[in-house]
Amino acid sequence: MTLDPLDVPPDPTTPFQPRSGRRGTGFLTEPLRLGTTPSATVGPYLAIGLTWPDGAWAAAEGTGGGIWIRGRVFDGAGDLVPDAMVETWQADPDGGFPSPEDPRGASSYPGFRGYARVQTIDPPGEFGLFTLKPGRVPDGEGGLQAPHIDVSLFARGLLDRVVTRIYFADEAEANAEDAVLKGLPEDRRQTLIATPTDDGYRLDVHLQGDRETVFFAV
Amino acid sequence: MTGTTSGSRLQLPRYVLTDPALRTPVAYADYRSTALRAPLRTPVDLPHRLTEVTGPLLGEDRVLPQDADLTLRRGGEALGQRIVVYGRVLDSDGRPVPDALVEVWQANAAGRYRHVVDNWPAPLDPHFDGLGRVVTDSVGRYEFLTIRPGAYPWGNHHNAWRPAHIHFSLFGRAFTQRLVTQMYFPDDPLFGQDPIFNAIPAAARHRAISRYDLERTQDNWALAFEWDIVLRGTDQTPFETDDDGDVA
Ligand SMILES: [Fe+3]
Repeated sequence: MTLDPLDVPPDPTTPFQPRSGRRGTGFLTEPLRLGTTPSATVGPYLAIGLTWPDGAWAAAEGTGGGIWIRGRVFDGAGDLVPDAMVETWQADPDGGFPSPEDPRGASSYPGFRGYARVQTIDPPGEFGLFTLKPGRVPDGEGGLQAPHIDVSLFARGLLDRVVTRIYFADEAEANAEDAVLKGLPEDRRQTLIATPTDDGYRLDVHLQGDRETVFFAV
Repeated sequence: MTGTTSGSRLQLPRYVLTDPALRTPVAYADYRSTALRAPLRTPVDLPHRLTEVTGPLLGEDRVLPQDADLTLRRGGEALGQRIVVYGRVLDSDGRPVPDALVEVWQANAAGRYRHVVDNWPAPLDPHFDGLGRVVTDSVGRYEFLTIRPGAYPWGNHHNAWRPAHIHFSLFGRAFTQRLVTQMYFPDDPLFGQDPIFNAIPAAARHRAISRYDLERTQDNWALAFEWDIVLRGTDQTPFETDDDGDVA
């Protein structure tokens, strides 16, 4: 397969607005906006490149008020998926993000990274990560979202990541006001709600089947 | 680029959606492992709120200078054809993505991964572990020195071989920009029968293929391949101003 310089991809469906004055690279194959690089599966050997010794610690070990979020990942046959990677990103307990992209300014909550990366290797099909329970976050339109964690799941057999969210069963009032949850039928909503345990919360991910987790297009 | 709080309203960047006709689908029938793993229901649209437009800062502290050179590991030199792999990380409105973590992993020159699940009869290389990490510089550039990975069989179908590739993992600035992908080499004769490559819509496949770069080869030392990576960019809306003339 070689590059065909005349095989021009269609332009975006919305009209191009030359706000930035930037007009693409000038190569024949590029539309006015640069085409994004297509995704590919992590494959079975992701552990080589993506293992971090401190991956599980979205909050530093020993941080007061820390919780373990644990769960299992199941495929469409009901079998555990022993080679997936779960990544999480979330707000701190005050609803801030340690990110300069937050228009309110980056927060710096002690001991909080906000990001975890764990694989479902040991025990097979299971993951666990240590974090702080997120606070409520503005929805940008005058309301508040319920406490939630954004999740990306990668695995052999997935050509792109799949995205879901974790909510919390003991936040019934906030959950009832959450625009994303409100948009889902009751039985589907339950697939996103983690239940309390001795040291945190638990939520299983079902890639397919009757209990298929709600996945999001972002 | 971003706005600030205005009352209870926030002006957030909107990350443009890649045309589905140019994106890799999550499932692809010829790639058999997708059958029981790729979700079957249509994903629900998630509006881009604060959690989606922010992202972790993962920079220099995760990377050592030697992580950019995959050819010198465990006290010796890896076997194989030395190659420089370099390029830029950009977003789709053309802006470079600086200070971004780039992680790569790959098979050795014989097509064998240093991983317990990979036990096909090709030799391990004691001086190659297949892991590289760098952070992009202030104009989004990255560069690795590695060896050209071999093709490998993988049992998806009769006599199935993966074209040579390097796995890439990237963070941009935001959760929406997260990307894991594979870089290929030009004119690989194995493209035609590889479902992971062919799952990419035809009009976007060239974006997964690196370019041989004679200019960047190192005399008597290494060949060179250039590959730019484009993450989703923002649909930039003009800033609004409040009564005081401040950006709101
Ligand atoms: Fe591979």
